[in-house]
Amino acid sequence: MEIGRIIDVMPLPLVGVGGGIEAKESVELMHLLKFTLAFVAGVAAIFGLGLAVTAKKFAVKMDPRIDQVKEVLANAHCGACGYAGCAAYAEAVVTDPNVAVNLCTPGGNKCAEAVAQITGKVAEKSDPKIARLYCQGGTSRSLKKFKYEGVMDCRAAVIAAGGDKSCIYGCLGYGSCERACPFNAIDMSADGLPVINPEKCTACGKCVSTCPKMVLELGPVDGPVVISCHSKDKGPIVRKVCKVGCIACGTCVKTCPYEAITLDNYLARIDFDKCQSCGLCVSKCPTKAIYDYMPEREVAYITDKCNGCTICSKVCPVDAASGVIKEKHKIDESRCIGCGICVVKCPKKAIIGTFRASRNSLAELDMVSSECH
Amino acid sequence: MEFGRLFELVIAASLINNFVFTRFLGLCIFFGVSKKMETAVGMSITFIAVMVVSAAFSWLIFNYVMLPFDITFLKIVIFIGVVAALVQASDSIVRKVSPALYYKLGVYLALIATNCIIIAVPLINAGEGYSFIESLFFGFGSGVGFALALIIMASIREKLELANVPEPFKGMPIAFVTTGLIALAFTGFAGLITL
Repeated sequence: MEIGRIIDVMPLPLVGVGGGIEAKESVELMHLLKFTLAFVAGVAAIFGLGLAVTAKKFAVKMDPRIDQVKEVLANAHCGACGYAGCAAYAEAVVTDPNVAVNLCTPGGNKCAEAVAQITGKVAEKSDPKIARLYCQGGTSRSLKKFKYEGVMDCRAAVIAAGGDKSCIYGCLGYGSCERACPFNAIDMSADGLPVINPEKCTACGKCVSTCPKMVLELGPVDGPVVISCHSKDKGPIVRKVCKVGCIACGTCVKTCPYEAITLDNYLARIDFDKCQSCGLCVSKCPTKAIYDYMPEREVAYITDKCNGCTICSKVCPVDAASGVIKEKHKIDESRCIGCGICVVKCPKKAIIGTFRASRNSLAELDMVSSECH
Repeated sequence: MEFGRLFELVIAASLINNFVFTRFLGLCIFFGVSKKMETAVGMSITFIAVMVVSAAFSWLIFNYVMLPFDITFLKIVIFIGVVAALVQASDSIVRKVSPALYYKLGVYLALIATNCIIIAVPLINAGEGYSFIESLFFGFGSGVGFALALIIMASIREKLELANVPEPFKGMPIAFVTTGLIALAFTGFAGLITL
């Protein structure tokens, strides 16, 4: 076949647009120019007028406060407020008197106050939260039922007989939470567990709703001690499949001086309203299921402001504070676990150190020894 | 008003000379919007609406003002002006009449003004000298062809997200390759109707 015949037969693509170019013999330039300018100006004027009329007639009255609120919000479009996008929440909080002003968790208290100022509502201070992981059974510490080959996503893996982990309550480790986080606050560790960056996490809750195993929960930032397990299986079964699972032995329940831990369904849980973050349960747990997100604790030190009221020696869970009444007390550094309860309870604010000294809103800690006051 | 002729125009604009796969127009919007199915569907519906109306307006201006006064060299400027004004007007109207639709379409309404096809259709209508009804149907056919292209591409790209694509090809490159393959497939329509 010759090349010519193939080109005849094969259809060529009609690229671009058609339209002929008309050539003229002579053109009256000035007359044409004047008319053209007039025409274009006329068309532009008509369109401009039409648009102005349309804009006026079809104007939508919007409350200017909605735009103001939208500006102070975090604008991360994460959905933590429960509304479909920041614009929806801005509208709801301005128009509906029942909507709270502190629903934007990424914005924090600063944003809640700003919104309260614009809408005229009252801002309630909410304690900052963070996402906490309720599983420590990474690939090195837990067993797998089978080898999973498929889409490397937890929500896909869970469809295959509940995931490849032997413990059905555990983290699958394929990173759905890492990808769901709008603030890039989650990184998957080498062991297959998500690590949450406390500086980036805004407790928006996206990871919590994404996780198919529900091992992520929102907890207070002030509660760094977490029993990191969700397994409701009996102790022997847990031990077979995971080295660090909670076996519901009850040791932590007995150890806690504030009765903050309860056993329910073969799983121990810390009540964050009662927990004082002293960290005593962490060392007592036989399977090391309790994780302390604040492992380095600075010890306390009593300054000269002490008047010897003995409150610190009464509240200390490890009896590290001691002294004679009406005389300056002393803290035994080898016993002190850095829980900081004495710092809070001291009426003279004479104790420095521990993580409590840098925090200023711990008014909730008054369930302990109220008769001392 | 032969239905045969009008039907031919629609088929020609949507299948045989598909604006995306055969004429290679409107590609930036095509690649930008075809990532997800819902954006693709939203864009195609607004596009068909704006296309038909702007084809009508452009035809009227061309045949009743530009041809008699012999200023057809202003085609491109005036047609783009028509499209921009129409898009802006429809933006205000939809915002008032149906806030739900406005919120759903979002920025796509304004993006239509940057589409090559929206200027191509009035230019072809002017060049080929179609009648009013013919240009309307041609515009409608081009919209249908664009919608077809977007929906096909969106359904393939959603699956490509989960597929094992080699690292250098992830994202745009594999989309281009896929478009080329679909364009190749669309040449199968050539000669369906001899216009």
